[in-house]
Amino acid sequence: MLRAKQVSAREVAQAHLDRIRHEDEKYGCFLTVDEPRTLAEADHAQELLDRGEAGPLTGIPIAIKDNISTKGLRTTCASRILENYVPPFDATVMQQISSQGLVTLGKTNLDEFAMGTSCENSAFKPSRNPWDTSRSPGGSSGGSAAAVAAELAPLSLGSDTGGSIRMPASLCGIVGYKPTYGRVSRYGLVAFGSSLDQIGPFARNVEDCALLAEAISGHDHRDSTSLQDAKIKVGGLKSGRLNGLKFALPKEMFEGALEPGVRQIMEETVATLTREGVQFTEISIPEIGLGVTTYYIIAPAEASSNLARFDGVRYGPREESQGHIGVVAATRGRLFGHEVKARIMIGTYALSAGYYDAFYLKAQKVRAKMAAKFEQAFQDFDAVLTPASPVVAFKLGELSDDPLQLKLLDFCTIPANMGGFPGISLNAGFSDGLPVGVQLLAPVMGDEKLLQMAYSVERALPDAIRRPNMP
Amino acid sequence: MANYIPSVGMEVHAELLTHSKMFCRCPVAFGGEPNTRVCPVCMGLPGTLPVPNRSAIEMALRTSLALNCKIAYESVFHRKNYFYPDLPKGYQVSQYGETNPLGYHGWVEIPSGDGYQRVSIRRVHLEEDTGKLMHLPSGGSGVDYNRAGVPLMEIVTGFPPDISTPDESKEYLYQLRLILLYLEVCDGKLEHGSMRCEPNISVRPDDQSELGTKTELKNLNSFRSVQLGVQFEVRRQVAVLEGGGRVAQETRGWNDTSETSFLMRTKETEQDYRYFACPDLIPMHFTEEYIEGLRAELPELPLAKLRRYRDDYLLGEKDARRLVEDRHWAEFFEEGIKLGGDPKLVCNWMISDFARLLNETGQVISERAKDDDAHDVSKVTPAHIVDLVNLVSKGTISGKTAKDIFDEMFKSGDFASSLVEKKGATQISDSDQILAWVREALAKNPDVVGKYKSGQTNVIGFLVGQVMKSSQGRANAPMVQDLVKKELE
Ligand SMILES: [Zn+2]
Repeated sequence: MLRAKQVSAREVAQAHLDRIRHEDEKYGCFLTVDEPRTLAEADHAQELLDRGEAGPLTGIPIAIKDNISTKGLRTTCASRILENYVPPFDATVMQQISSQGLVTLGKTNLDEFAMGTSCENSAFKPSRNPWDTSRSPGGSSGGSAAAVAAELAPLSLGSDTGGSIRMPASLCGIVGYKPTYGRVSRYGLVAFGSSLDQIGPFARNVEDCALLAEAISGHDHRDSTSLQDAKIKVGGLKSGRLNGLKFALPKEMFEGALEPGVRQIMEETVATLTREGVQFTEISIPEIGLGVTTYYIIAPAEASSNLARFDGVRYGPREESQGHIGVVAATRGRLFGHEVKARIMIGTYALSAGYYDAFYLKAQKVRAKMAAKFEQAFQDFDAVLTPASPVVAFKLGELSDDPLQLKLLDFCTIPANMGGFPGISLNAGFSDGLPVGVQLLAPVMGDEKLLQMAYSVERALPDAIRRPNMP
Repeated sequence: MANYIPSVGMEVHAELLTHSKMFCRCPVAFGGEPNTRVCPVCMGLPGTLPVPNRSAIEMALRTSLALNCKIAYESVFHRKNYFYPDLPKGYQVSQYGETNPLGYHGWVEIPSGDGYQRVSIRRVHLEEDTGKLMHLPSGGSGVDYNRAGVPLMEIVTGFPPDISTPDESKEYLYQLRLILLYLEVCDGKLEHGSMRCEPNISVRPDDQSELGTKTELKNLNSFRSVQLGVQFEVRRQVAVLEGGGRVAQETRGWNDTSETSFLMRTKETEQDYRYFACPDLIPMHFTEEYIEGLRAELPELPLAKLRRYRDDYLLGEKDARRLVEDRHWAEFFEEGIKLGGDPKLVCNWMISDFARLLNETGQVISERAKDDDAHDVSKVTPAHIVDLVNLVSKGTISGKTAKDIFDEMFKSGDFASSLVEKKGATQISDSDQILAWVREALAKNPDVVGKYKSGQTNVIGFLVGQVMKSSQGRANAPMVQDLVKKELE
């Protein structure tokens, strides 16, 4: 429509801004919206369109998770400690999307510093699930997922450290994709677990998701962990076939913890895809059972160090007290949320002399072993298929007294972060009217084929693309 | 009183002479307005990531090779976690472990007594410098992050320490600094803090084998303060032990004015830095080919040079050392040898008249010796010295004339041979002419001749002087000496 000039980029942006202004009260997706800035970006996009220099996403609005640095636009990480922090630089992904003419609508809510699976750990407000606003959209990228599901934005960016894109995508019934570690630059993403963090897209279908993945990927000399051939090329997206593909089903991900409704959708999905010619084989990767424990050592350990810079010296508010350590303790004590402090303490403990070998080092060994097992599976199979979340959207407050249960929700998504390989979640069906996501996992650098398979799977699943009941 | 044996371990931090910082592109320089050489990366803003400086890594590897270290072909950066206002990220990127630092388990030789002594090196590793705390004129304190992220190389001596005297401490630092200067990896300015030395010192009674409790000494910004500081600590600790007390493990500062150390902080418990591999940086991997390439391109190091000057050119130890201790001097000297100059004579002219004139005028010996403080470069090149030396050894001019010529050559930059030609200052070796002057001198000074005849042979010097005067210093001095003697007999 934009390229056919039926509407202008400004009209598209304004329509979304209006919708955010009127509807977001219900969902709590956005923390910061700067309308004049958005409209100026839209006008710039229009110039690209008029000059015939438009790319496939020029003029399309996008919402950005508020842990991605935006030059001149407040970036809070949903934390009091960064409440008024305005970055003087753009994350690499922001440079990429603005050079391609995407239009930033605003910054979306998350669990503080991306630590959580419900979006209830935001220091400012919880976000709500568009399928049922009494429920959580999942987390940590809950605001970005809910914004796309609620049609406040057609596209959004999230970050995924242990499932923070794929899990809320599942709970909100949309597509969420974590690329191979190193294919999207982390420069400008406020670090949580540096060896696990990866920025990725949300969209309402695989094709849009793939186009956004192409737009934000590529080698970045500012990120030492960026891969050389990082660009994700999606030209062959629609040329794949399901017939003859071999998918593995790790039995550890279908045991115990799955809700019956989720299990049922998974079984139906397997049946549907089998009819399409996919061959399924059950495999066993016992390390999956250790995934959550391992994750909750490595991620907090890295986080405890990554978050040390928030000491009240250079930016953000500071609490006065006796001496430097006093100021640091008071500032961090008052301005970090409970979950953040808990994880910093776990991480500090895990790295301490005397515990390092027993915890951090051992966790790294389990991690390497788990990655190797998956790598082995990818030699024999085209993909590994799992649920994206063991549960459907839960009631806000329902699990907030049960942090352990909340943490266990990540067990299907954690392996991809541990091994650095890509994973995508798309809607497979509904349980009591709530979306259930299916996850496909592929080997490191297998992103193009993964997206191609996801596109084919999406075609085969009747419920893959549906919108919630809403105005 | 028991005899006490001191043990001194040396920890040296050297800022590397790279153009940019360790993990960002900010320029590296000394001084300037606070917080003018900073960027989001070295300020540790959220979301920023480090990109390692290749030339810093190469400098640390070259230093490791020069210090006879083993090379960690696989090496990683770690995070050292602690809170301090001058530390932007709440951690310092550094290198931990026994065999992970770029260089480990090496040694360096230092002159000691009449010979040489080996000092073992435990590790050479790379890290980033911190910012600098400063007191504001308005009161309160601030942090200047210009220095934050500057590549810093840490060189630590082996354990147990090989150094046991204040002199050896100073000599170690001196030799290490010289090596770094030869490698051109550090400017070695102790007074600017671009090279910082923190010795740790302990003493033990000579009948005890395990080392005593050590103290660490900071704020030493000259060789003299290193020597005095170590000496002071040794004496202080001995006095504590003699008085029946025990030495506390602590960090002490050095006061240059009072020449005493003072307590900065006690270190009763070891701080836990929670080291772990920095996940933002990928492990470094070096090929043998690359390392051997670096080794092959190392310059000749000071001690090797000194031995060569001594053995091949037969220079005295002291003279050789004088040339070697400044690599620009050594370069100048070797250039002169290449031009065919006699090593001993070139050396003599350099360390006497040339050194004096450079010192008087504040000029430097060569273009390469120039540093930030604008000095003029001397007009005298190795070719000038060789020209002069040759004129003297061929007997064209006398030693006395040569000295005057040197002064003029230094001023004008003209070659000695052209100055001699212009002035007609060539040496006179015509024996008839000299004999005429000798006879004249004897005739004019009958009383002196009388003294000589009565046995005071030392008056001959006076007569020679008279002849030299008549010849305006151009007479061939040995010939004058001979002829005066002959005439007196
Ligand atoms: Zn910088």
